[in-house]
Amino acid sequence: MKKISSILVIFVLIFKTSFASETYSSDPKMFVEELVNDAISKLSDIDLREEEKVLFIEKIALENVDITALGLYTLGDLRKTTEKENLNRYQKSFEKYFLKSLTSRLTDYSSNKFEVISSDKKNSNYTIVKSKIAPSDNQPEIKIDWRIYTKNPEKPLIRDLIVEGLSLARTQKEEFASILNSNNNDINILINKLEDFLKN
Amino acid sequence: MKQNKYIIIFSTILLLSVTQARAADECFEGTSRAIFKFNMALDNAVIEPIAKGYNKLPEPIKNGTSNFTSNIATLLSIPNHLLQGSFKDAGDATASFLINTTIGIIGLANPAEKLGLKAQKEDVGQTLGAYGVGPGCYFVLPVLGPTTARDSVGIIADTFVDPFAHITWREKELFSSSGNQIDYIAVKGTTAVDFRADNVTNFDSLEENSLDLYASFKSLYLQNRDNLINNSSDGDNDWGNLDN
Repeated sequence: MKKISSILVIFVLIFKTSFASETYSSDPKMFVEELVNDAISKLSDIDLREEEKVLFIEKIALENVDITALGLYTLGDLRKTTEKENLNRYQKSFEKYFLKSLTSRLTDYSSNKFEVISSDKKNSNYTIVKSKIAPSDNQPEIKIDWRIYTKNPEKPLIRDLIVEGLSLARTQKEEFASILNSNNNDINILINKLEDFLKN
Repeated sequence: MKQNKYIIIFSTILLLSVTQARAADECFEGTSRAIFKFNMALDNAVIEPIAKGYNKLPEPIKNGTSNFTSNIATLLSIPNHLLQGSFKDAGDATASFLINTTIGIIGLANPAEKLGLKAQKEDVGQTLGAYGVGPGCYFVLPVLGPTTARDSVGIIADTFVDPFAHITWREKELFSSSGNQIDYIAVKGTTAVDFRADNVTNFDSLEENSLDLYASFKSLYLQNRDNLINNSSDGDNDWGNLDN
């Protein structure tokens, strides 16, 4: 009986640590700090297998990045005129594309020193959190600004990362705009390109 | 001399004729995409392997090389600070150059930074931007990469304003210093390799994840130039539209 209860306790503990939702602070500055430090400790953990790291990245991205808004933003003005059905198809493909490109960028991550410097509340919807990260291999430190969406003050969400002044969301938006412009603003072409990327 | 006159006339005509175009507009996209393809092939075959080899060098050698090329680039920043009326920045850049060239042993070390003198890089393209000249249309140059009408005029003008280019590219003597065009190309080439080496992972990631690599490079180039001209990274903020 004691053995069974021990197994149960272990099972519950494993289940809890693997799948429980990590909740971070609702203060944008603390939110970024806690989330990044959590990510750094998991991604630099040599005992974690790559698949586990991928699952972890996907989980925190789904919970803490406003992927729906990011998808709409990167679509530009076309989001206003696209039919709902096509928009839903686009959003599904975009989410998968976003998660795949994010995990490919982060699974090879090596330990870095991360520091939140300040935060700047732009309005009730947005706060910019300024941070810097020092790579482990003597590379110069990198400034990263986080655009945090705070419409729901209890649940801040990341909408953009601005690395050394370069907005990743804007880059993505302009990349998609180029594809749409050269294809008569046909969203199906963009969706096909996203699907092709997912197959490779 | 005659050649210089033609360059100036051509540059002025180019600048005046195309600065009305928005930077997002392309001068000749098809040609630019072909040149971009050529540049990427050149990068894969030559620059990337050199950059990866460079990254294997001992850290002090890499830092020394990076400091050396940055120190020479300060020479171009000084006249541009003056042209922009930023006299304090011009003073800081001059002090940084003098300290690094002497105490820092021809710029191999960067003691000026430890003294709080961080030289901000400026070029003629930025100066024109600070004067209110728009970027004009976007295109890609062979080997040199992304540019705009304004910045391409700036690249040519840089060789007239930059004391280092005056000594090397134009082979004129200045304060008893002289050089040749090979020196100029060597320093510019090393600067490019140093930049590429710093960004090996970023380039790989961009290549792996882009649906349209040409458009990604264009966006990053234009954002970076905007930030350099405005000396800030606030940039475009059209997120507000999403919430309306």
